[in-house]
Amino acid sequence: MSEDPLTSSTFAERARVQLAKPFLREAVPRATDIAVRDLRERFAGHDYDGLRELGREIRARTMADLEDALATLTDALVANGIHVHHAADAAAAREHIRRICRESDATRVVKVKSMATEEIALNPALVADGLEVTETDLGEYVVQLDGDRPSHIIAPIIHKTRAEVRETLSRVAGRELPDDASELTDFARERLRDAFMDADVGISGANFGVAETGTIVLVTNEGNGRMCTSMPRIHIALMGIERVIPTLEDLSVMLPLITGAGTGQLITSYVSMLSGPRGEGEPDGPEAMHVVLLDNGRRALLGTEYQEVLHCIRCGACQNVCPVYRQVGGHAYGWVYGGPIGAVLTPLFLGTEAGGELPQASSLCGACDDICPVKIPLHDLLLQLRRTRVDDGAAPWRERLAAELWAWAWSSPRRYRVVTRIGGGVVRVMAAAGLMSSLGPLGRWARGRTIPTPARRPFHSRGERDV
Amino acid sequence: MIGIRGGADTTRGGHLPDTVALFPTCLGDLVMPDTVEHAQHALGVCGLDVRPVRGGTCCGQPAFNAGFHPHARRVARVSVRALAQTTGPIVVPAGSCAAMMSRHWVGLFAGDRDAELARQVAGRVVEFSAVLATHLDVLERRHLSWPGTAGYHDSCHMLRELRLSGEPRAVLGCVRDLELVPLASADRCCGFGGTFSVRYPEVSVAMADSKLDDARSRGVDVLISADPGCLMQLGGRAERTGDTPRVIHIATLLHEAGLR
Repeated sequence: MSEDPLTSSTFAERARVQLAKPFLREAVPRATDIAVRDLRERFAGHDYDGLRELGREIRARTMADLEDALATLTDALVANGIHVHHAADAAAAREHIRRICRESDATRVVKVKSMATEEIALNPALVADGLEVTETDLGEYVVQLDGDRPSHIIAPIIHKTRAEVRETLSRVAGRELPDDASELTDFARERLRDAFMDADVGISGANFGVAETGTIVLVTNEGNGRMCTSMPRIHIALMGIERVIPTLEDLSVMLPLITGAGTGQLITSYVSMLSGPRGEGEPDGPEAMHVVLLDNGRRALLGTEYQEVLHCIRCGACQNVCPVYRQVGGHAYGWVYGGPIGAVLTPLFLGTEAGGELPQASSLCGACDDICPVKIPLHDLLLQLRRTRVDDGAAPWRERLAAELWAWAWSSPRRYRVVTRIGGGVVRVMAAAGLMSSLGPLGRWARGRTIPTPARRPFHSRGERDV
Repeated sequence: MIGIRGGADTTRGGHLPDTVALFPTCLGDLVMPDTVEHAQHALGVCGLDVRPVRGGTCCGQPAFNAGFHPHARRVARVSVRALAQTTGPIVVPAGSCAAMMSRHWVGLFAGDRDAELARQVAGRVVEFSAVLATHLDVLERRHLSWPGTAGYHDSCHMLRELRLSGEPRAVLGCVRDLELVPLASADRCCGFGGTFSVRYPEVSVAMADSKLDDARSRGVDVLISADPGCLMQLGGRAERTGDTPRVIHIATLLHEAGLR
């Protein structure tokens, strides 16, 4: 996608496009319901809520002294023979990675699924440098082949049908592949096997960075993460600075939280703990390992009312339970992160010019708060973003005028009664004449719903009330 | 939230009925006055001396959720001051308004001249079905009956901010011949969300459809909720499509079941 959907369209426009895809509204609820059901079933009998509270404490404690944790992590990584690079923003992170590729004479790159690399739009930059880049997570591979974007943090092609996947892979194969999930997977596996063998550089994200041991932790189910980080000569891990956790003991809490909340698994098929390049006498592993620590707007949130959003471990659970997300999918949110976490992160990372609308795109149901494995108060953060938008004068004049009129009428019992009596009459007449669609917000309500007709005798006019 | 137990046993002497204030909320007042009357009668049957609140308008939730705090405060102030003139628990037949009042008024009025008043009033707020749930014995004795199949829709804020889910179901359990079927989507948002419903009508309606489809697939005749906002959304959608189920407030169901 060359143009930025976030600035060239509104959420409503993007949502309309997604709502027109019947498959999406079937597949997304089905897949997300399975993840939530598995979480509930597999963790039944475990004190999952107790674990969430421990997780919240770990994240809060770490963020309270993030610089200290990062210094410890950096020292430990360096002691493990890992090169550490600091990137203030997306451009700096891209530059570090491009330079490492250049200096190691790389021509081929394989990638592990990583939202951080999506965030910095890494692939186009590498391709522009003449590198051959291959996404190796099956879903991300299909996304890449289609020139698409992932629409879910954990399940990037949740929005695609199997037929669409088959079509894409058949194009690559140059022949019609059978309509069978395991055969399609086999085809992709063979293709990707070649990519692993030939790659010079493997690029991953980092689910966690353990400070005390200098360990990058990757949680995957397909095994591609292990291939990408052990077969190529160079491994580069791009890690958001907030993904640091202090100790291995903390990891024992965070691991079941991310796998449980993410995919409903007690543990994923692969958990890679990477603590340095190939050592002397070791048979495999990369010759060099780099960690790029990405700020890109994160430090600016420290000490603000939004600090808790840094607790996020990118599990996707809030997307799974979000009633808006399940209707419109991730692409409606316009950038990398969809669902409740995207509605909070996008304006905070990109500024309210681009992402300011997203906090409005929530019914504030609070389901995200209840599922979040580290108890981020997303509902409160959405409210705070809405409030800041108004306080900064960024709300459109129509909204401000509506709020003024409403507050004027509703803040005096006498005005309230007079205005609603007149307004009620108007609505009844307009409704009878079928003219509702011309009544502003009521007209928007009338798209698909009947307008509740105001009662001729409201409760306050019924009998003498003696209070 | 404070629990109340009305003096239903006045016949045994000595105990005068507890006084409660009934706050109709603006939606209840303007759009569903009959439902508020049903709630009033139900509370009366439970032996409570019900005093409808005069002079209040709205809890301020629409503006509060849209980020307009000064406007929300201006409106809520009228209601806070009116409610401060009442005594006893303040019963609210609207889950999300009860949540707004008991959970957000203190913050909304922090540092304001009415902060203390708002705190006191907020501490007296109780949701309607939670009050009835403390009088199940009375409801049982009334031989209520409503033949049909029902689903219950949890109001998001009533469920997640007040943690009330068993209470309305227990109340409905007192209605004979009413088969209450569990809905897979019971705790999923109906798509109302205040300004959200007019800002993104297509998404909002799609959310309502998903809920109504679930209710239909379970053969539900009536979808019950304790929140006028959800009722307006789901009822408005069902009416527009000319399809089942009927969508009504729990107080109205009790009224139809014979609690008059």
